Amino acid sequence: MRIDIAKDVLEHNDALAEENRRVFADAGVFVVDLMASPGAGKTTTILATIAALRDRYRIAVIEGDVASRVDAEKIAAHGIPAVQINTGGACHLESAMIRRAVEQLDLGSLDLVIVENVGNLVCPTEFDLGEHAKVMILSVPEGHDKPYKYPGIFEISEAVILNKYDTLPVFDFDEAEFRSVVGRLNPRAPIFPMSAKTGEGVAAWADWLSARIDAVKGGAHDA
Amino acid sequence: MHEMGICDGILSSALRAAEDAGARRITRIEVSIGELTEVVDEALRFAFETLRRGTMADQAELVVNLVQARSECADCGAAFRHDRFDPKCPECGSYVVRLTQGKELRIDAIDAE
Repeated sequence: MRIDIAKDVLEHNDALAEENRRVFADAGVFVVDLMASPGAGKTTTILATIAALRDRYRIAVIEGDVASRVDAEKIAAHGIPAVQINTGGACHLESAMIRRAVEQLDLGSLDLVIVENVGNLVCPTEFDLGEHAKVMILSVPEGHDKPYKYPGIFEISEAVILNKYDTLPVFDFDEAEFRSVVGRLNPRAPIFPMSAKTGEGVAAWADWLSARIDAVKGGAHDA
Repeated sequence: MHEMGICDGILSSALRAAEDAGARRITRIEVSIGELTEVVDEALRFAFETLRRGTMADQAELVVNLVQARSECADCGAAFRHDRFDPKCPECGSYVVRLTQGKELRIDAIDAE
C-alpha cells in the first residue's frame, strides 16, 4: 500500500523551535545564534559583545561544542552564566538541545542569550532553534570566496560579522568581492568588519544587536 | 554531516506512518530535497543505510526527488530558475523576487505492506 505523508522532515525540530520561540517571547529575552567555522573567533566575539553590552543588559551564553567545557569556562570566568551543550559528535545544535540548556537558565532575569553554535558552515543553517536571529562570523584568514562555497549560511544570516579585520593587510582577502557576493546572496544583511580581539568595530555590531534586543523587550512590555 | 539528523527525521516519520497503518514492512520511501538545502545525496544514503538497520525499513529503497530552485518576480510575475548568486528577475531586472521552491526537506510518501 502507498501511504502519503507530505511532511517536513524537520517537523519535530521546527515544532520544538516554535515552543522555544514562545518561551523566549514570554520572558522578553532576545536570543541570537552565532554560527561560524571552527577558529573564526566565535568565543572571542562573544566575550567582546559581553564587554560592550554587559552594563546595559543581563546576558547568558549557551555554548555548543562536540565535546569539552573549555568555552563555557572561559565565559563563566567573566561572571556570565554559561551552559555548555556537548553534542557528542553532532555537527550542529537542534531545538531540543536548546530547550534543555534553557532550563538551566533563569530566563526571566535575562535580556540576551547568546548561543554559540558548533563550528560548521553547513549544518547549523538547516536547524531552527527558535532564536530571534542567526548571525554568522567569517574571519579574514578564511578567505573572501567562502560565500561561493557555503552560500546557505550567508543567505540565512541576518547579519555578517567579518572578524579578524585587523589581519586584512597580511591576507589576500578581497573585501569588495566579498561584499559584492554577500550583497547578492543576502541584500538585507549588514556586514560588520571588526576585530573581536582589539575591539575595533565592535561598537557597530553592539549597536545593531542593542536595537534588536530593545525591540523584543519593548514587545514584551506591551504584551 | 547533518544528513544524519535529516535522515533520522525521514525514518521516524516513515516508521510512524507505517505503524499507524498497521504495516509490517516499508519497501520504499520517497522524499523531496530542494537543491538549496546543501544536502549531499551520498551522505544521505549512507545515513539511511546505517539508520534503517533493525527497523521495518531495513530493505526499503530511498527515492530522492531533487527539487530545482525557482523564483517568482513580485513586480512582473515572471517565474524563473533561481540563481542564488544573481537572484534578479531575468524579465524585468527587479530584485524583489520570492523563492517558490528549492528549500524542501520533505517526506512525500512510503510504500508499505
